[in-house]
Amino acid sequence: MKAKLLHGGFELVRRHRVLAVVLFLLVFPLLMPYKALAINILIFGLFAVGFNLLFGYTGLLSFGHAAFLGVGSYLTGISMVHFALPWGLALLIGVVAAGLVGLVIGYLAIRTRGIYFSMVTLALAQIVYYAFYKAEQWTGGENGLRGIQVPAMELFGHRFDFIDPTTKYYVILVFVALALWLVSRVLASPFGAVIEAVRENEKRAAACGYDVARTKLLVFVISALICGLAGSLRALHLSVVPIESLHYLLSGQAVMMCLLGGMGTFFGPFVGAAVFLTLEDVVTTITRNWMAVVGGVFMACVLFFPAGLWGTLVKRAERVVRL
Amino acid sequence: MTVAPILEVVGVSKHFGRFVALNNVSASFEPRKLSAIIGPNGAGKSTFFNVVSGAFPPSAGKLRFDGRDITGSPQHTFARLGIAKSFQITNVFQQLSAHENVRVAVQMRHARYQLLKARADMREVSDRASELLARVGLSGLRDRAAADLAHGQQRALEVAMALASEPVLLLMDEPTAGMSPEETKVMMDLIVELAAERSVILVEHKMKLVMGICERLLVLHHGEFLAEGTPADIKANDEVRRVYLGQG
Repeated sequence: MKAKLLHGGFELVRRHRVLAVVLFLLVFPLLMPYKALAINILIFGLFAVGFNLLFGYTGLLSFGHAAFLGVGSYLTGISMVHFALPWGLALLIGVVAAGLVGLVIGYLAIRTRGIYFSMVTLALAQIVYYAFYKAEQWTGGENGLRGIQVPAMELFGHRFDFIDPTTKYYVILVFVALALWLVSRVLASPFGAVIEAVRENEKRAAACGYDVARTKLLVFVISALICGLAGSLRALHLSVVPIESLHYLLSGQAVMMCLLGGMGTFFGPFVGAAVFLTLEDVVTTITRNWMAVVGGVFMACVLFFPAGLWGTLVKRAERVVRL
Repeated sequence: MTVAPILEVVGVSKHFGRFVALNNVSASFEPRKLSAIIGPNGAGKSTFFNVVSGAFPPSAGKLRFDGRDITGSPQHTFARLGIAKSFQITNVFQQLSAHENVRVAVQMRHARYQLLKARADMREVSDRASELLARVGLSGLRDRAAADLAHGQQRALEVAMALASEPVLLLMDEPTAGMSPEETKVMMDLIVELAAERSVILVEHKMKLVMGICERLLVLHHGEFLAEGTPADIKANDEVRRVYLGQG
């Protein structure tokens, strides 16, 4: 009887996974020492989930996803700083721009496979980095783009003070929740099944009648759009866009977050981002060499939790429920 | 009495660098017949299969399906046109369940780029997949991961997936490879059943298997067709016997 209840509860959460995640995220700030960390986790959690669409679900390892985060950030920032556009429109521009860059990079990268695909994405992302670095009048070059002001927002007739961390968190949560819902829909759609089939066996998917190249490109663009949104939200959050937003280090962090949390699950990357950022936050107060510590944790996870921290938890829970 | 051929291979050659795998081969296949391409190892059977099933284009020559020129078409159009294939080395979606393997194959005809609908709501697709699994005798294993199936079961899964696209022409590359005698019998019975409903072309190197069930055999040797005809014709053909006996 107890097993049946467990199983039923498990299935309920699984079917309404986005709602479960959002409910958790609603109370999340209460668990965190300070709001800025919680907001950072929201943003990078979304970044990791968007990246995982391509990595975990389609099986394509891109080392250039910082390009989409960065383009989202910069285009949103530039729209507000240089063109004085309202934040909503600036957000949209950031997302669309990231999608377009995704279309170009994706189209070129998809012609290659395996390690070459990873190298091409890295190389193309570096070109984007260099272009934004050089365009000093627009991007501020080395110093980054400064002066993104979002003092107050008008949403549904209410005035929200964006500078207040709590308000900022919940406003950003609205967008993150919407994006997570979209990703979940795509994964549960017929296209979601095609994505996984391509990951499992490209030749077989083609023999079944699926256009593998077109499928990969579509996922690439969706992934870029989601990561672009994360970038746009980051620009609003930080009020600046550091040049590091386009650095390959961030691309590598996306991979680490997915592996830490578990690339085979919907929520895994989000957990990975939370663990990564919390660790970074805690360890930097102890030592400057936080990367070494995080690297050590990462290696331990790969050795002992190959399905990721969240992924392993889910698998254990499944086994208990099935018993 | 001429029936329009379902598949025509016209002057097809295939080179890999300087090596000529197929040399100007031509053949015509009538609809709803069970044919087999046979020949010793190295004869060019796999190359023939790959060209005809769309894995790669021929270096020269034409391929026509139901009168339509499909030379050089990309792999994914073959299934959409009605040509399905099963591979010699089992090629399934390893981490997906047996049912999901077939379900995603069936889905091709219903939805490819649908992003927002829930595929769990597509009952017809799921039910059809269950039907096909039952047909190949895998109903009891529907939730098992394909990677965890026995070899013969994986081959059966391949057949179910090939049938999922409602093919008019079914191409099978050594369908009984690696199977036990019992599994082989089950597979051959299934093939005979399928041949009654659609066109089937087998590629086989086990002569005995195809002799009893095929209506037409084509013997391939060093990239060229040596002989073709009914099993009786082929059995009586001296050159064929020399080629097969000579091979060892």
